[in-house]
Amino acid sequence: MINIKNLHKSFGDLDVLRGIDLEVKQGKVIVLIGPSGSGKTTFLRCLNLLEVPTDGTIEIDQTIMDFSKPVKKKSITSFRSLTGMVFQSYNLFPHKTALENVMEGPIIVKNIAKHEAKEKATALLTKVGLGEKVDFYPFQLSGGQQQRVGIARALAMEPKVMLFDEPTSALDPELVGDVLQVMKDLAKEEGMTMIVVTHEMRFAREVADEVIFMDEGKIMERGTPDQIFTNPKEARTRKFLNMIQ
Amino acid sequence: MARTLKFQINGLVKMFLLSNIFNDPERMNQLVSIAQTSLYPMIEGAIKITIPLTLITFVLGLILAVLTALARLSSIKIFQIIARVYVSIIRGTPLLVQLFIIFYGLPNLGVTISPFISAIIGFSLSVGAYASEIIRAAILSTPKGQWEAGYSIGMTYTQALKRIILPQAARVSIPPLSNTFISLLKDTSLASLILVAELFRKAQEIAAKNYEFLLLYIEAAALYWILCTILSFIQGSIEDRLNRYVAK
Repeated sequence: MINIKNLHKSFGDLDVLRGIDLEVKQGKVIVLIGPSGSGKTTFLRCLNLLEVPTDGTIEIDQTIMDFSKPVKKKSITSFRSLTGMVFQSYNLFPHKTALENVMEGPIIVKNIAKHEAKEKATALLTKVGLGEKVDFYPFQLSGGQQQRVGIARALAMEPKVMLFDEPTSALDPELVGDVLQVMKDLAKEEGMTMIVVTHEMRFAREVADEVIFMDEGKIMERGTPDQIFTNPKEARTRKFLNMIQ
Repeated sequence: MARTLKFQINGLVKMFLLSNIFNDPERMNQLVSIAQTSLYPMIEGAIKITIPLTLITFVLGLILAVLTALARLSSIKIFQIIARVYVSIIRGTPLLVQLFIIFYGLPNLGVTISPFISAIIGFSLSVGAYASEIIRAAILSTPKGQWEAGYSIGMTYTQALKRIILPQAARVSIPPLSNTFISLLKDTSLASLILVAELFRKAQEIAAKNYEFLLLYIEAAALYWILCTILSFIQGSIEDRLNRYVAK
């Protein structure tokens, strides 16, 4: 499903990703952990091409992008449509209602008829528990509700892979549960392939098929949640887990 | 210095008392009738020229302003340079001089443009330059995450700009753009100097015949003030509309 080889990203002299290789099978949930500055967010943004990698290849659903050569804008846009992105700060469109936020992509990008898009968007919002809030503007919603609109907005584009960039770290503690529940349902019921940057260890234990520990732009250790959390091999993984638990 | 000023003020008060119009019913009636008969051509000038000139110019100027702002923000160097030079020249030279160059100067090159069209060109260029800075700032004030959210659902640059960024930038730029609009309405009086028969030129023409300068110019000022006040009300209702999605 996903096959990443020798992925590099640098900003000027700063090497943020220093050769990442990763294979993810259809329907698997990967949780990425690591200290701040370890490159996990950059890695996620590279998969969505919000950052264009400086070297390496990414293959998603049989489409391959090779970053050793310059890439065209058009192929960036079409490659991006394979993945859906959920942001830490939600980034909902403030001038549109919840429903309009979700309908926007299908109507503008996919040219789907308005009534059809509306039907689908309503169904998606109902699925994330916001059927009553379709006509609310983002400022009228709590952080947790906004983030669920964000998830529905990404799902509306029918991506093959969902990417979550610390989806709950901007939320008040009592609002985290609803968002994680939506993500769990997505993984278990829909079998969505997901890559999640998060420090929610309970979520990782319950949902993740694999946990990856990143540091200094590289994958330092990977394994099942049980292996990583109870019996990490690397000293640095241990140190990091001690710090956050 | 203070003494001269005091002397002048005394003089003005005396002149006013001596003119004594309030005790002279005949003079009073004469002034009222001049005010009434001159009102019609001045309002005609406002409706036929001042208002259309302002509206057409503002729309053209805004289009030019958005293009200039995008050129300034573009990654292509030559676009940036063209936009910078344009803004610099327009902001750095007087509007009246620009109008004179277009209307009185260009005929020397064999290019003759009618007064009204000259005014449209001159004022549009001016609005375009000033408003481009407002729009550039408004676009920059939209969080980067909004662009990224647009891109992440598959939008192109143009789609994200049109659907996501500009609507939000519009809200931020309404108050400063209203300022530009009101200034423009008043600046159209400069067109009287390139023979455009707008509100103020009508006042000048009538005053040249009957020598009632004070009365006619105050009348013109009052009309401009009424137009600007109406515009301020419109600005208020547009702001309310665009603020409906913002927490109060």
